[in-house]
Amino acid sequence: MSEASTIIRIRDLKKVYHVGEVDVPALRGVNLDVERGEFLAVVGPSGSGKSTLFHIIGGLTPPTSGSVVVNGRDVARMSDAERTEMRKREVGFVFQKYNLLPTLTAYDNIAIARHIARGSPELDGDFRQILELLGIAHRLHHKPSALSGGEQQRVAIARALVNHPAILLADEPTGNLDSRNSEAVLTLLRDLNKRLGQTILMITHNPEAAAYADRIVHMRDGRIVEFDNLDQT
Amino acid sequence: MLNKLVLENLKHRPVRTALSILAIGVEVTMMLTVVGLSEGMLEDSARRARGAGADIWVRPPGSAVIGLSSAPMPEKILEFFRKQPHVVIATGSVAHPIGGVNTVTGLDFEEFSRMCGGFKFLEGGPFQGPDDIIVDERYARQENIRVGQTIRIMNRDWYVRGVVEPGKLARLIVPLRTLQELTGNTGKLTQAYLKLDDPANTQKVIDSLKAQLKDYQIYSIEEFTSLFSVSNVPGLRAFIHVIIGLSVVVGFLVVFLSLYTAVLERTREVGILKSLGASPAYILNILLRETALLTLAGSLLGIVLSFGTRWAVMTFIPASLTQKTVPEWWPIATGIALAGALIGAAYPGWKAARQDAIEALAYE
Repeated sequence: MSEASTIIRIRDLKKVYHVGEVDVPALRGVNLDVERGEFLAVVGPSGSGKSTLFHIIGGLTPPTSGSVVVNGRDVARMSDAERTEMRKREVGFVFQKYNLLPTLTAYDNIAIARHIARGSPELDGDFRQILELLGIAHRLHHKPSALSGGEQQRVAIARALVNHPAILLADEPTGNLDSRNSEAVLTLLRDLNKRLGQTILMITHNPEAAAYADRIVHMRDGRIVEFDNLDQT
Repeated sequence: MLNKLVLENLKHRPVRTALSILAIGVEVTMMLTVVGLSEGMLEDSARRARGAGADIWVRPPGSAVIGLSSAPMPEKILEFFRKQPHVVIATGSVAHPIGGVNTVTGLDFEEFSRMCGGFKFLEGGPFQGPDDIIVDERYARQENIRVGQTIRIMNRDWYVRGVVEPGKLARLIVPLRTLQELTGNTGKLTQAYLKLDDPANTQKVIDSLKAQLKDYQIYSIEEFTSLFSVSNVPGLRAFIHVIIGLSVVVGFLVVFLSLYTAVLERTREVGILKSLGASPAYILNILLRETALLTLAGSLLGIVLSFGTRWAVMTFIPASLTQKTVPEWWPIATGIALAGALIGAAYPGWKAARQDAIEALAYE
């Protein structure tokens, strides 16, 4: 793996949460490299540190120690404001509960991400292709409450991609979906990865979902314990 | 985009939004009503003073400009005034408060009518006996009084002899002698009025009177009516400030509670916006816009409601209170309401802006 093709380089990453007077270690020394254009699945039991790892890569929380270089910049050395800037452009989040703003239409949920990052809600002309690929172009003027779970998750994926992030972080994206919608969303993620070269990191409990990735990382007790390389070609 | 989000958020909780707007509306109405009443009543007093038709007003030493003290001056002084050059009419009155802001005024009806150009009777006519009373149309409307009726004022029954158009000094007029005796001021006056041959001589006459009558308060009608201002009524400005202060506290509390609950309710939304890269300033901007929109809507409602309070005052108690429409206060009241609301938005806004994104996203 060359330096240039590595989009995420994590070394000896530790994260300790202070709960009252007790220190709770969430990550105990994680080392991980992710290649540009890779589709990586992170699996592990609850409390293994998967979400904490995502939150640090996505700049939602700083690490306690270690380095996390994302697209050439070390998150560990960033200020709050720099991490906020990073979230605008470098990463896009997809959550298990979709996390759409309930008062806005699907279109406006996507547009507000654009507005936050660029100051204008106007979408790129070629973004329409992604909306077609996601199969939501005809549902954009509905509010989340009028959309199915699968449609809401596809809107959330569109929102995560609207600023052309280097990395898509999907935290249990099929956790709230039935098997048909899960398969549709996973196929979409794989298509985005293969057709557009989008780097994707996906947390999942589901081995079938993990099988859509190029590589699987197993975590337990705040550490990576195993790598599986899958042949997706 | 932000305005759309703010508008959708407000539409999402219509009852809370409506109550917030109503509360801010009441706050603005309180301000506009108290200012409108203060200015309206002073203006009405000044208008009625001008309606007396006098060029010069004379009040005894030590009396207050606004409000009639019973500090009397001798009635004989009218003879002195009549002898002065340029004075055509000199007459006087006795005033006695009867509760609230109303007073009964004792007049030499014929002399005063000559000075003011005559009363216009809407019903009935001039005094025919010592126990007669003449009221103006506003007082008659407020108290539902008709000519021929007997009304009890100052523990005495008065026969309503006439109802006149308002605007001539007093709302309740009784014969001068009767009121002088009734108040123990026989041969005394509360104030005197001088009509000159030519208003151009006013200053000359005033200068001459001031030289002869030390300590008496002698005003031209322009000077006298100019003294009907908020700053010349003891305690009125402080009262207005207290009401405005209370209004600001109401606005502050309403916006604080409204936004505090909104921020709690939207904790997850704040987390979502932060995960998209929204800065604390961006979050704060949303809440401040929401506050500004609530305040502007509330202020508009408050302005409309102030017309309602004015209608109620002028319909039900037109003789006791007069409320003026004060458009020059609309932006001031809106600004004051906005300041209170922004202070109220400060803590919820700060709380939302500082919210931890991960905790916010986990909020159920």
